[in-house]
This record gives sequence, structure tokens and C-alpha cells, in this order.
Amino acid sequence: MDAEEARAAARRIVNDPTLTFHQRRHYLAGLAEGLLDYPPLGDEAAEALNKQIICDLFEGPAPYRARYILPDYGRALARGSDHLELDPPGDLDEALNFLLIMYTQVPSITGYPVYLGDFDKILEPFVTGVDDETLRRKLRLFWIAVDRMLPDAFVHTDVGPGDSRITRAVFAVDRELKQVVPNITFKVDPELTPDDLIEDAVTTVFETAKPHFVNHPLMVRDLGEDYAAVSCYNSLPVGGGSHTLTRLNLKAVAELHQGGIETFLADTLAHYVELTAQVIEARIRYLVEEARFFEHDFLAREGLISLDRFSAMFGVFGLAEAVDVLMEAEGRPGRYGHDAEANEVSYRITRRVSDLVAARPLPYCEGNDGRAFLHSQSGIDTDIGVTAGTRVPIGDEPGMLEHIRAVAPHHDLFQAGVSDIFHVEDTARRNPRAMVDIIRGAFAEGMRDFTFNLATNGFIRITGYLVRKCDLENFDAEGARHGSTTFAAGAERNSHVTTRNVKRVVSRESSPRPAS
Amino acid sequence: MTGERGLINRGLTNGGLVNGGPVNRGLVNGGLVNSGLVNRVLDFSLVDGPGNRLVIFVQGCNFDCIACHNPYTIDVCDSCGGCVEPCPDEALSLTFDRGTPEVVVDRNVCTECDVCIEVCPINSTPLARRMEVSALLQRIGSVAPFISGITVSGGEATRQADFVVDLFSAVKSTPGLDRLTTMVDTNGSADRATWDRLAPVMDGAMVDLKALDPELHLRMTGQDNAPVLESIRHLAAIGKLYEVRLLMVPGHNDSAETVKRTAEWLLAVDPDMRVKLIGFRRHGVRPHHAHIAEAEPEHLAILERTLRAVGLSGVVVV
Repeated sequence: MDAEEARAAARRIVNDPTLTFHQRRHYLAGLAEGLLDYPPLGDEAAEALNKQIICDLFEGPAPYRARYILPDYGRALARGSDHLELDPPGDLDEALNFLLIMYTQVPSITGYPVYLGDFDKILEPFVTGVDDETLRRKLRLFWIAVDRMLPDAFVHTDVGPGDSRITRAVFAVDRELKQVVPNITFKVDPELTPDDLIEDAVTTVFETAKPHFVNHPLMVRDLGEDYAAVSCYNSLPVGGGSHTLTRLNLKAVAELHQGGIETFLADTLAHYVELTAQVIEARIRYLVEEARFFEHDFLAREGLISLDRFSAMFGVFGLAEAVDVLMEAEGRPGRYGHDAEANEVSYRITRRVSDLVAARPLPYCEGNDGRAFLHSQSGIDTDIGVTAGTRVPIGDEPGMLEHIRAVAPHHDLFQAGVSDIFHVEDTARRNPRAMVDIIRGAFAEGMRDFTFNLATNGFIRITGYLVRKCDLENFDAEGARHGSTTFAAGAERNSHVTTRNVKRVVSRESSPRPAS
Repeated sequence: MTGERGLINRGLTNGGLVNGGPVNRGLVNGGLVNSGLVNRVLDFSLVDGPGNRLVIFVQGCNFDCIACHNPYTIDVCDSCGGCVEPCPDEALSLTFDRGTPEVVVDRNVCTECDVCIEVCPINSTPLARRMEVSALLQRIGSVAPFISGITVSGGEATRQADFVVDLFSAVKSTPGLDRLTTMVDTNGSADRATWDRLAPVMDGAMVDLKALDPELHLRMTGQDNAPVLESIRHLAAIGKLYEVRLLMVPGHNDSAETVKRTAEWLLAVDPDMRVKLIGFRRHGVRPHHAHIAEAEPEHLAILERTLRAVGLSGVVVV
């Protein structure tokens, strides 16, 4: 981009009537960063990045903050903050006030915090003697403040796995307010989490399409006790996070491969995993060694994050198309999600990626023993014709049981999260216990993350984040023109909405650039 | 329409006789094995009892309800062969391998397009098959982590009571499956002896009550309702009545007065019983009954209030 183009782009952003002041400032910052050179890369890695075979999700060429930061809020509340000039809170009001202040100071790729803390745990010390009605009233005000002050669909909180009246209050307030923010993950431990609490969460999904459910024992196995799911299905260590999320387009790799499945796994896939690791390494080194984020940010200085709890996220997407391309190259008819042979090919691909990533050391990734976390990336608005992560293409899913069984074997590998969304008939409303059964079954089957939604609630899940249907309604005709059955069209439809009217709540991670 | 027609079609002239009737007991591999004539098995159902359930739809029913949503499960295939030629997938063939005519299905080819059902002179299906308890146990075992229990629906579950007893007994005595609840979805026509055989291994029954008035019941089902009323009383008395289902068919059994009388009768049996009020939908019903109007939600709301006003505490509306 030369200076003239940069000026024109800046002018478009400044004069864009569909962007709020904050959105304009955010995109201007992205534009300025985009004028800088990319960290040094080999020719092959640079070319793969240019061709979008490897995608850095528009994080920018000069990373100056880690992508996902999970501050240890419990520690902050216990010790106070010199930087924020806040003493440790002594009651619930002070704690909520403390948190609201701190949220505004947590960096992220979107400018908004992706993690608000494990609410049931961090508030527990402050609710003794607070009756349920008072707790709910204070939490309600807090929820409204969070939604209005942090209007980004990737702002996320966690609860569970144990029973807690804070968790029950969170669900009740969320059902009442029906806000996009905050997104919620509910940690489920089949041994510990009571059925009626899971049922409470299920009935919350009926109203707000939240929470997501995660398999707590599996997460603890891979990440330790102190983990959280943040943003959109990203599970990471608390007190740490991820420097970057760089993803490999498996569809594109399969399409440029000459030959069959064996040589794909042995050579082509290995080559592009290495190139992706090179991009990740270059980005990490810039963040840590050049921008020196961990030396100046107050979260690090005050011990609320530490570099040794960070790693990077190695993302994959387009598995469905990759499998179909490879099956076709060998003259085999099966499709991913429907055919045992095709599914087997998909497992071989993710297993191979997992082995390669586990064998590739990366600097400043002590949060995962010097290796990247594997992540099944759930897409952004610009993905057209390529399926998110390791999902079965939307509209092409088999029956629920077959669907669960097809995707579950992948979940074991993706420590940093994997998203498969299940669409459930509205009859579930009258039988929430049935969803409790299915969630328990899915975790017994080895699933890590479980997300479902009904056709009839007021929210639609795009790539993993939420949009209110009423925000989309004016654009039905537009959506239909693009075909509403595919995932890509859904995201496209959303991006059209964002280009046509001012929206208070945005989804910055999935719409990283202004529409041009 | 009378009960005799149903009996002739369903008991005496059907293919079930070829296999020894709807229930088949015999020695296989040296053990006593029970099998049932099964229309289909659904791994997940959110609407056939509490929680997520595996549902076994058996073939064959002694009622002929005007509002039946799966009328192809009423009669049992008599292997007349009339569906073999029309099958667009060429999945059906007529064999005499066992000495008598039998329509055989190639399930690798069948696309379940239902043409065979459309052309069947008795509105049955050649797709029902005999399934052994052991095979069903395996199927149940494979989905056990996902379900609260199993439900035998139909068709009429109690017409194959020996099979259901054996199936439920097997579930209750198999480690890993013994936590599953066992239920039947029934028209309530079984006699007390049948319920007493089922009771030790059955957690509950969901009983359809089409009409309290015997004349109306006969018009709507082709059968007398005295056994149904007796079943409801008996099941409630032995603690095995999970719910009574009232399917509201507009113009037939959905007047406020009719519903009020039904409610009073149910109240006398058990004021706390779970009563599910269901609005009639045309989906699946036979063409000659498809003129019946669908139930209006507003009217169902009125009937719900009627049920509650009488004093029933466990009313749910679908």
C-alpha cells in the first residue's frame, strides 16, 4: 500500500457513516499498523501468507499486544493494583467496581477484553451475607454495564463446574436481559456438576443461545485446573493466553497438492505446517522481543499474567473440503461427516497436524511446554466456500448422533478449542432434560466443546459469536440473494449488515477489517 | 367401521401368521430368544417421555384411529407383493424361500421413499422387520450414554407384550443399561394381566385417551374404550401411569364440555396425574382423514384452563 492508497483508505474510514467513533479509531489504528513491514519471513512462508493458504486473521504486521489475554482476576481482586491505584475490594460492590475498571485496561486484538474471569470463583469471596435477591440485582446492573461498555461479541465469561448461586444468578440474569455480551462458557464435570444446574444452563440456551458447554475433565487434562474458554471456543491457561492465532487453510493445501492421501500427509501437509509455524514464530518474536509487550504491560508487571503461561494457537480450517478433495483425487465417493472412510481420512489429517505441531518447538511458548496449542478455528466473515475449523458444512450435517460421532474423535486433539454447532428442534424447549442427556453423552463420547442452538430463539450464531436476529431482520432479502443455507452466506449476510447501518455491538474478531 | 375389520386385517390374514404372529418365541443358538416386529428404531427422541430416549416403534395396532400420524404401523404386511414392481429403487423382491410368499427388502438400496406404503392396499409397509432382543440391546448399549431411557411405541406396544417384557427385563439386568428407564406409549387396550406382567420391568406408561364417551371413542378408534379406562385406573393404582395424553381433534373430542367431563373423570383417578394436552396436526394422517382441521393454539389454551379449573395439577400442553 503506497502513501496515496493509505490516505484514501484512511479517508474512507474517517468518513464512513456506518462506523461509530470507536470503530473508526480502531480501524485507523489497524490501517497504520498495516503500513509497517511484516516480521522477517522466508520466501515460501511469505508467499503462503500472501496467497491466504496461511492466514493471520488480520492481526496486523507488527503485533504489540498478545491476541488472547486471560488476566488472573482472582489474584488482582486479592492483591489490588498499583497501576490502577485500587486497593483490594472489601465487598461485592467494590469487587464489581474493581472489575469494571480493570476490564477497560486489558489489551486484546479487538481492543476489548476476551475474558472477564470465572465469575463464580472470583466473586465467591464477596457474596457471603449477600442475599440472592441483592446478588441478582447487582449482577444485573453489572451485566448491563458490561454489554454497553464492552460492545464486542467476543467478550467472554466462564462459570462452573461446581454448583454455585453465583452461576445460577448469572444464568437467570442472562435469560432476563437477553444481551449479546458477555458470551458465556459453562464448565461441566460429569462427576461434579448436578443435572439440574446443567438443565438451568440448557434453558438459558433456549433464551439466549448461551452458554457453550465444555468438558471440564478433558480441559484439565490438557490445560491444568486454571484454564478458561474465552472469546469463541478458545481454551487457554488463566494468567496467560495466546500470542497469536494463525491458521492453516486445509482446503487450499489439499487443492494445491498433486497426488493422493499418503503423499499429502507425508509431504505437502508437513511442509505447510512448518511454514505456518514459521509465521507464528516470527509474530511471537516481534511481540516479545521487539514490541516487548511483556516488559511494559501492567498486567505482566503486577503478575496478573506471566509470559511462561503463554503459548500460541495453531489453527486449522477447511478440513471438510480438504477431505472431499483428497477422496475425489483417489476416486473415492465418500464425503466428510457421512462416510466412514472419509471420516477416517479426516482423523488422519488432524492427527498428523497434531503430531507435527507437537514436534515443532516455538519460542516463548512455555504455557504449553514450548509448543503451540492446536485450535479448530471457527471462521471469519471473509471465509467463503470453506468450512470453519473441522466442522461438517452447515446444511450438510448428518443426524445428531452420527454428527457427534463423526466429529468427536477430533476433539481430543484440539486443546485450545474446537467448535461444532448442533441445531436442535424446538421441541427441546419442553424437554430440557433431553439436552442434558445429550450433553452428557457427547462428553462421554469424547467431545471437548458442545454448542447447540434452537431455530426459534432471538439469536443467530454466525461463526461462533452471536448476533441478535432483530439486528438482521432488515436484511432478509439481501441474505436470501446470497443463499441462506451455507455457513459462508450467513457470515456474508452479517458482513452486509455491518456495512449498512451503525451497530452498537460489533464482532471485531470476525470482522477484522472495515468493509471496502 | 368396526373392530371386526381391524381384527381380520391385523390378526387373521396378515403375514404375522407366517412368522407365528407378531411375537416370535423360539430356540435360537440353544437359548430362548424373543423378537418383535419392529417398524423402526429412533436413536434420539425428545418427545417420547422424560429426557432423551431411544424409541422402538413396533408394527401392528388394534386401533384404527382417524388421527393416526403413522398409519402404516397399524396393519402388518401380508406379503401380497403389490409393492415390488412400483418400488423405484428396485429394493423389494418377492421370495418363497421359506415356503410362503415374503417381501424382502434390500436395505442397502432402499431410500425410504415410502412409495411402497403409498401403493399398499392395506396401508402397511414391507420395511418392518423382526428384531431380536439381543440386537436391540446392542443398539441401546451404543447410545446409552446419551439417553435417559427407552420407549416402546408403535403400533401398539402391548400387542407384543412378551417381547416388551423380555426387552425391558434384559435392559434392567444388563450392567450399564440398568439405570435406563423403560416406558411404553400405548393406546391402553391391554388387559390387567398384561400390565401386571409388564409392571415389574416397566417404569411407566403413557396412555392415549381418545375419548371418554364410548360411542365417540368407537367412532374415533374403531374400538370400545372400557379397557382403556380400566388401564388408566389400574396403572395409576400401581404407580405406573407416567401420563395420560389427550389428543384434541377439532370437531370430534375438543368441545369444552367433553374435555371438562374427561377432566373430572381423570381427577377422580388421580388429581396429580400428568395430563398432556396435544393439538391435532395433519402430518402423516391418511388422505381420507386429512380434511380434519388442525387444532388452534388459542382453543388449546382454553382447554388447558378447563383442565386446570377442574383441579388437575399436572397439565402440560404440546
